[in-house]
Amino acid sequence: MLALPLLPVPDFWITQSIYIGLYALVALGLVLLTGIAGLTSFGQAAFVGLGAYTAAYLATQTGLSPWLTLPLGVALSVVTALVLGSLTLRMSGHYLPLATIAWGLALNYTMANMDWLGKYDGILGIPTIKLFGADLGTGRALHPLVWALALLAAVGCTHLLDSRPGRAIRAVKDGATMAEAMGMSTFRYKLTAFVLAAALAAVSGWLFAHFQRSVSPSPFGINKGIEYLFMAVLGGVGHVWGAFLGSAVVRLVEDELQVLLPKLIGTSGNFEIIVFGLVLVAVLKYAPDGLWTFAQRRLPARRRVRDWADAAALPARDKPARGEPMLEVVAARKAFGGLVAVNDVSFEVRSGDIVGLIGPNGAGKSTTFNLVTGVLPLTAGQVRFRGQPVGGLSSREIARRGMSRTFQHVKMIPEMTVLENVALGTYLRSRSGVVRALLRLDRAEERQLFAEAERQLARVGMADRMFETAGNLALGTQRLMEIARALATDPALLLLDEPAAGLRHKEKQALAEVLRQLRAEGLSILLVEHDMEFVMGLTDRIVVMEFGTKLMEGTPLEVQASPAVRAAYLGTEH
Amino acid sequence: MDASIAGILALDGLGNGAVYALLALATVLVFAVTRVIFIPQGEFVAFGALTLALLQSGKVPGTVWFLLALAAAVVVQDLAAGLRQRRPAARLASQALRTLAWPVGVSLLALWAAPRGLPLLAQAALTVALVTPFGPLLYRLAYESLADASVLVLLIVSVGVHFALVGLGLYFFGAEGFRNPSFWDQRFQFGGLTLAGQTVIIFAASIGLIVGLWLFFERSLAGKALRATAVNRLGARLMGISSAAAGRLSFTMAAFIGALSGLLIGPTTTVFYDSGFLIGLKGFVAAVFAGLSSYPLALVGALGVGLLESFGSFWASAFKEVIVFSTILPVLLWRSLRDPHGEEH
Amino acid sequence: MGQALLEVVGLKAGYGRAEVLSGLDFRLEAGQVVTLIGPNGAGKSTTLNALMGILPARGRIHFDGRDLVGTTLEERVMGGLALVPEKRELFGTMTVEDNLVLGGYRAMKQRVPEWRSELSRVYELFPRLKERRTQFAGTLSGGERQMLAVGRALMSRPRLLMLDEPSLGLAPLIVREVFRIIAALREQGTSILLVEQNARAALEVADHGYVLETGAIALSGPASILADDPRVIDTYLGASAQR
Repeated sequence: MLALPLLPVPDFWITQSIYIGLYALVALGLVLLTGIAGLTSFGQAAFVGLGAYTAAYLATQTGLSPWLTLPLGVALSVVTALVLGSLTLRMSGHYLPLATIAWGLALNYTMANMDWLGKYDGILGIPTIKLFGADLGTGRALHPLVWALALLAAVGCTHLLDSRPGRAIRAVKDGATMAEAMGMSTFRYKLTAFVLAAALAAVSGWLFAHFQRSVSPSPFGINKGIEYLFMAVLGGVGHVWGAFLGSAVVRLVEDELQVLLPKLIGTSGNFEIIVFGLVLVAVLKYAPDGLWTFAQRRLPARRRVRDWADAAALPARDKPARGEPMLEVVAARKAFGGLVAVNDVSFEVRSGDIVGLIGPNGAGKSTTFNLVTGVLPLTAGQVRFRGQPVGGLSSREIARRGMSRTFQHVKMIPEMTVLENVALGTYLRSRSGVVRALLRLDRAEERQLFAEAERQLARVGMADRMFETAGNLALGTQRLMEIARALATDPALLLLDEPAAGLRHKEKQALAEVLRQLRAEGLSILLVEHDMEFVMGLTDRIVVMEFGTKLMEGTPLEVQASPAVRAAYLGTEH
Repeated sequence: MDASIAGILALDGLGNGAVYALLALATVLVFAVTRVIFIPQGEFVAFGALTLALLQSGKVPGTVWFLLALAAAVVVQDLAAGLRQRRPAARLASQALRTLAWPVGVSLLALWAAPRGLPLLAQAALTVALVTPFGPLLYRLAYESLADASVLVLLIVSVGVHFALVGLGLYFFGAEGFRNPSFWDQRFQFGGLTLAGQTVIIFAASIGLIVGLWLFFERSLAGKALRATAVNRLGARLMGISSAAAGRLSFTMAAFIGALSGLLIGPTTTVFYDSGFLIGLKGFVAAVFAGLSSYPLALVGALGVGLLESFGSFWASAFKEVIVFSTILPVLLWRSLRDPHGEEH
Repeated sequence: MGQALLEVVGLKAGYGRAEVLSGLDFRLEAGQVVTLIGPNGAGKSTTLNALMGILPARGRIHFDGRDLVGTTLEERVMGGLALVPEKRELFGTMTVEDNLVLGGYRAMKQRVPEWRSELSRVYELFPRLKERRTQFAGTLSGGERQMLAVGRALMSRPRLLMLDEPSLGLAPLIVREVFRIIAALREQGTSILLVEQNARAALEVADHGYVLETGAIALSGPASILADDPRVIDTYLGASAQR
């Protein structure tokens, strides 16, 4: 692509190619923001405008060199993104894209109404970029710069996505619960994606200003913002190269339609947006993953090279003594208004125990579990972990202290491999940030993380499946993967939320075997379960709940023989 | 600013606000029942205004051909689906006939009536009859099969529908702008204020529509069924109330309200094929203020937007849009914190 | 005996990747009360959801002479199947009376004459609802919500009424009342498929019972005989493997 201008290609196609590069930069930001982090933004065009207007204003009014206006424009975008992001990203669900429409419009109208920015006429006469004395102009000489930056950005994104912060950004897409339970700050990573997308848009704006040599508000309005999203979605919003594919298709087809449709229809006008709209709807209905997935099938699949055989081990927690009280639930109480869901429940889990929490439907087991894992705050009572009170702490803090959990409905990232999913669990034991990831300085730590992930997969008997895509696994195997991920946090206490639910008989047996092995290695386990057969054969002690209260506590045999438990399960006579 | 200017601005703002209120109500209604954030609501307004304008000048409005094209598209889609599912031919034929009945009927009426220069009220009724069927047809084309999709996907589909409608609007209506006559040319004096007859009609129509909607939702079984779908979709389905029927009805109502609004804004605004977006956006702001769920708040919000716009344009005319759009942000934030959603999957 | 009102053969269903039902066979005659009992996670609610059409299912579901597999939920409702789901799914911000009237939607659509008179019959059965007819459904107590849910389902004059754990979350006294009403409905000739965790109460009111364990039928028989069978409690407490 960089060498394209050297070929005898007509100027028209060079210009098209420059536009595609410019658009791809913005679309890349959307891939990161929408495809990976799951935050739909209709307002990226406004950030392009920030970069463009900064370049235009400073170049025409202060004569500052374009190479200085670039970092200034990016800085302005970043600051704006931090402010807007703090406001917008705390919103959930569909409020967020509505907010992006709102500030996109607000920024655009601001640009259009400032006298010193030329209002609707904009700024004209922007000089061209000069590199080492050579004038890059607006044609063939500018092309390599545009594509160099675009490809650099693409490579940077690829590096980012295959790194610790990249996996964290993926994790926040499905919601905060799993990410927070692994110790990641969802807000921080959402903001990271947001700021990076804004920065990329600003770079595109800078190039745009020096390419068109004039800026006006109209290319930075809501229509363009929607078009950028369309490019990303059409190309494949979850793939880096989808940004390029989408930009190219939209640019080339749009141009053709602008010429073709008025001829077909017989009158002049912007009819291509009809096709635009129809295709957008059609893509969402029939091909929501975008065009890149069709191309990807023809490319050879890249398998990860196993290069971590001699990586150093990650820092490990000191193991508790046998019999040390790991978890103490003391008169825990949870009330929702007038309804008492958990009524002064007390029990404990000692080191090396497997304790089961059972009870009929509505007994309050899940609520108790949520109190222990920090998902719900206590109304009264205490929860202590290794002697320290943890009631009211966030999921992240609880994970840091050494409690790790799985989920009733498996929460994982289906597009990543098993190994990468388990590596999520190593988040708290590692340090690489965005900068190191972009510059590829994190390779040594990554090897350590993958070595650890493989070790944990071996513990649950899944080491041979580490390169498989997680989304293709059967439910039982996904559950085991979740346990491996929890183990990768190096926990002292493992909390399992209905691990046997939906599993076939053989899968349950395999799971029970794994749990027994973990206990033999000194791990403590608390599990909430419905499946009586599973629980009876596995646990050391069982806590039975009914109507929010603890009914009894004892060994499996004691529980099975207890008339009170029978009555609770079978119901009382009438 | 003295009292008389404030009075004029306030009246102006409330008049606009009343129209925005209608659009806000339509937006909240559609979202509550179908979870679709219907960005193209404004297009119904533009189409309504343009249709009346063209009828006024004795021409057959492009709406007729647009409507027939949409109806044909729906028939094709239904036939394709029906053939794939191997439904009996008789059922497919009767389904197509039912789809085409109203569009064809009202189109023929329009073709007959257009050159005859019927009285204004008759033309207004014809306009509403032409634009209202756009609602259910659009629902069936773009949204019905995506009924279980996330709010986000439906939002992006709305964006696509908006673009398609604007582009097709250019094709069917042309690039010319039109102003409609006022329905009531009288002017009334109250103290220092002049009240235009049209403004009276706007207020009367808005109040009438709001009362009508209230009665519909509170007293009729169909209205209760729509509410039920909005309150608990599974519960409604268990009663036999299909989401598709509810969706079509809510879109019909939204198109009706949009067409009506188009008739009302005629004299004060020159309407082009793409004017709908900005008008719809103001109603949209009010609907967002209401969290897309509360009708009274939508009303209050819409009047507020009207007043903000009117006073804002007096004080800082250039920035009135910036002010309006920027105020959405804190409102959205407040709303989002108040109704925490579960995880979006 | 003739054809059963409901005949299910080889029913398989699940949620996403989780397979819950691995092939159920059971039947229900018109006028019978059949109960499906079993421990949590056995698949009882899944069975009702699959019959109603909330979940896709494989196998054969023969209801009132027609095969239901492939039909939509709304079509099954129109065919006379009614479900009171585990979570009740009431219209919380609408009044008790509105909830009941909406229950009659199917009857109205099928132009059943005097479908509104069903409302007074439901009020006779549940006098407490009549007292609270203008209250919002969301403000009712747990037991009253349950009654409203059942009353709403009755409004459509269903051929088969399916109840998903009616005793769930209710105090023992209210549970007693709920089962009294089920018995009364049975006297009136309503066919009922009852899913329950409370085995004793369910077997007392039913004609026939099936015990579900991890997605398959473990035991079945006339309710009175099943009530005395010691194997039932074993399936609840996971002891059946040890016997």
